[in-house]
Amino acid sequence: MAEQSDKSNKQDAKILMVSSSPHLAEAGTSKRIMFEVVIGMLPAVAMSVYLFLDYAAVVLISSVLACVVTEWIFNAVRKRPQTTGDGSAIVTGLILGLSLPPSLPWWAVVLGAVVAMGVGKMVFGGLGSNIFNPAMVGRAFLMACFGMMMTTWTIPLLQQETIINEDGTEEVVAITQATPLGQAKAAIRAAADDEKNNIDRNTCYTIEVDGQWKDMFMGNISGSLGETSTLCWLVGGLFLLFRRTITYHIPLAILATVTFISAIVWMINPDVYANPMVHLSGGGLMMCAFFIATDPVTCPLSKLGRVIFGIGIGALVMLIRLVGGYPEGVMYAVLLMNSVTPLLDRWTRPTPLGGHAGAN
Amino acid sequence: MAVTKSAKIIGKFTFKRGVHPPHRKKFSEDAGIRAVTLLAGSTVVVPMVQHIGAPNKPTVEKKQEVTAGQEIGSSEAFVSAPVHSPVNGVVQNVTAMNHPLGRKVLSVVISVGEQQPDQQQWKQFPADFDAQKYDSETIINATRQAGVVGQGGAAFPTAVKLKPNPEKPVDTILVNGCECEPYLTSDHRLMIEAPGPIVAGLQLAMRAAGATKGIIAIEDNKPDAINSILSCIKDTNQIQLAICKTKYPQGGEKQLINAVLKRVVPTGGLPLDVQVVVSNVGTLSSLAWAVVENRPVTQRIVTVTGAGVKSPGNFRVPVGMMLSDLLEQAGGLTDDAEKVLLGGPMMGPSTPTLDVPILKGTSGITVLTSGDIKRQQATACVRCGRCVDYCPLKLVPTRIAHAVKARDIEMALDYDLLACMECGCCSYVCPAQIPLLQYLRAGKQFARDIKK
Repeated sequence: MAEQSDKSNKQDAKILMVSSSPHLAEAGTSKRIMFEVVIGMLPAVAMSVYLFLDYAAVVLISSVLACVVTEWIFNAVRKRPQTTGDGSAIVTGLILGLSLPPSLPWWAVVLGAVVAMGVGKMVFGGLGSNIFNPAMVGRAFLMACFGMMMTTWTIPLLQQETIINEDGTEEVVAITQATPLGQAKAAIRAAADDEKNNIDRNTCYTIEVDGQWKDMFMGNISGSLGETSTLCWLVGGLFLLFRRTITYHIPLAILATVTFISAIVWMINPDVYANPMVHLSGGGLMMCAFFIATDPVTCPLSKLGRVIFGIGIGALVMLIRLVGGYPEGVMYAVLLMNSVTPLLDRWTRPTPLGGHAGAN
Repeated sequence: MAVTKSAKIIGKFTFKRGVHPPHRKKFSEDAGIRAVTLLAGSTVVVPMVQHIGAPNKPTVEKKQEVTAGQEIGSSEAFVSAPVHSPVNGVVQNVTAMNHPLGRKVLSVVISVGEQQPDQQQWKQFPADFDAQKYDSETIINATRQAGVVGQGGAAFPTAVKLKPNPEKPVDTILVNGCECEPYLTSDHRLMIEAPGPIVAGLQLAMRAAGATKGIIAIEDNKPDAINSILSCIKDTNQIQLAICKTKYPQGGEKQLINAVLKRVVPTGGLPLDVQVVVSNVGTLSSLAWAVVENRPVTQRIVTVTGAGVKSPGNFRVPVGMMLSDLLEQAGGLTDDAEKVLLGGPMMGPSTPTLDVPILKGTSGITVLTSGDIKRQQATACVRCGRCVDYCPLKLVPTRIAHAVKARDIEMALDYDLLACMECGCCSYVCPAQIPLLQYLRAGKQFARDIKK
């Protein structure tokens, strides 16, 4: 007996760790998800810097810095552990920066970033608690305050050079031009005006914009930093899908809805409405489908919920583009659908295998 | 190794959702089962609770001599299973002792005597065995007396499971040989080394329950076990072998039924509700010996594995042997051993002490080292929905966990908290390292407290 207690004492000397099962965990962390999203955005970042040079650099850097610093200050003031290392502020900063026009002055970018992080995220309690996509909140704020600056589109500097050479002038100015979607909108308006005034021009209003989709796909057009190149977003988006950082439900639902609606109106009246390729590669649609709408915090939990969420965004984007007051509607579409996410979560709650317990 | 082709094989089957944890079976999958003998003078502790149901009452007294196989605790209750002494020896004490569940349980402490019976052979089943010679009642009585309980972990008395219920007839006995838990290899080794008793047990169980079909389900990462079982069922009627994909929790009762038979067990219901009885391979082996030789359950196969033990292996262990003694048989703990699990890493609870006995339901001991354990601070839920996407029961773990955190038990129950089978997939996939399952377990406890 004495021998035994000796033995058990010896073994008890080793302190064992106790915890609740499971004792294994998958390698992924929230931080890794965030940095994968950053990696996914790198092609678009590189393209924006290639197209807009220092304009892009100023906007992106000030946006990211302002986002990180804002989060840091909020945590410091609230005496909470610092969360700036989780990478979510960098993601928000990049998305906000890429959704802004290149000519926006740095102080406006900073203001937008502070609102994005402060009002859009930190006042709700930080990562995971916000209702609306923070970057879109920041952009909506800038849109409301600086509407003119936010809709002044510089054409890419590459393209600018050739134009200047043809003109024979040495003066380097930022040339602005309506975005392809702006032109599409103008075509719709012109057609509507003509119809109101009973003028039959018998022309194709969209001839100009319809021919642009190849440039739109590559990125050599005017627009926000990140809304120029469809190709870059496709590459980044496929990377996220491949890494399983996001699921295909939201991107597929958005793109399918936009294709469907734009194809129908285009087939009804190709003279007035731009073709589906323009709508697919125009504006921030690709960016939205893969990087903005898929923000886990503000999209529904269940797969069905995500599909409905995506369809809703696609439909709202097309509603705004075709009928609304703005040429582009990604931002408002995302914000509106964000607001119904809790509702979608409730409606699309999965039924447990074997039915609800209460049913028995 | 290639699987032999046979008309007996059906599959491949799988269920929806679930996860793919690392297998880590290499530690012990090739180690043959070794019988463990107890040294004279050492103690075994046989708790009165080793099953789901009414606790046993000790039928022996202090200082009484007992022989191996003697009943030392029994109960009149319907849902219960008696316990037996694994050794010849003297009852040292009848008192509350440490139990793997974490509390103290009334146990019979036996000091192992000098003279022990020879090891019973347990691999070869009599060649002239014919299940038709036994009727349902005989089989169920023998199963009950031998104290056979489910050896997969839940330890539900097998006799109760098999007892024919006129309102709920059984058409299929599904044998669980999936062993989807990482690390564990006890069922795997049993299927390789002693397939005869398993198949005999299945035939007896089918007769007892009046089932017309028997299906043995094995995951496709165990081709040697598949071949071994196949060679035993080739001359039988009504028995098939189902190959399942390697995925966790393939061996979960509801998942297995859903995968192989495409039937859905209602939430809160039993496999019986869909005419099925699921039984673990080890259980059926015990059942076969119980019926044919009246052999009580006093031994079981236990895998001792993980980087934290010096020489991992599979052992045939007397039920009641102390965990510390068993670990010594496996070479003892390494210096960096940090966590000792009673079972596998997905569902096995960790024990704070080695001073607990091996029970009928203990399928393995997994010892994790400091290198295996990543201690990370949980961060905020980013609502990524992975727990929802991977939950094999289609629950919404993050919602339930948040409700429990806010002590909103009603909301947690509304989100079907009680349907959770604690497989741990949610915690496993959570990128924010939130111990979701721990919240759910706490929630179940709160729900029980409220009910009281």
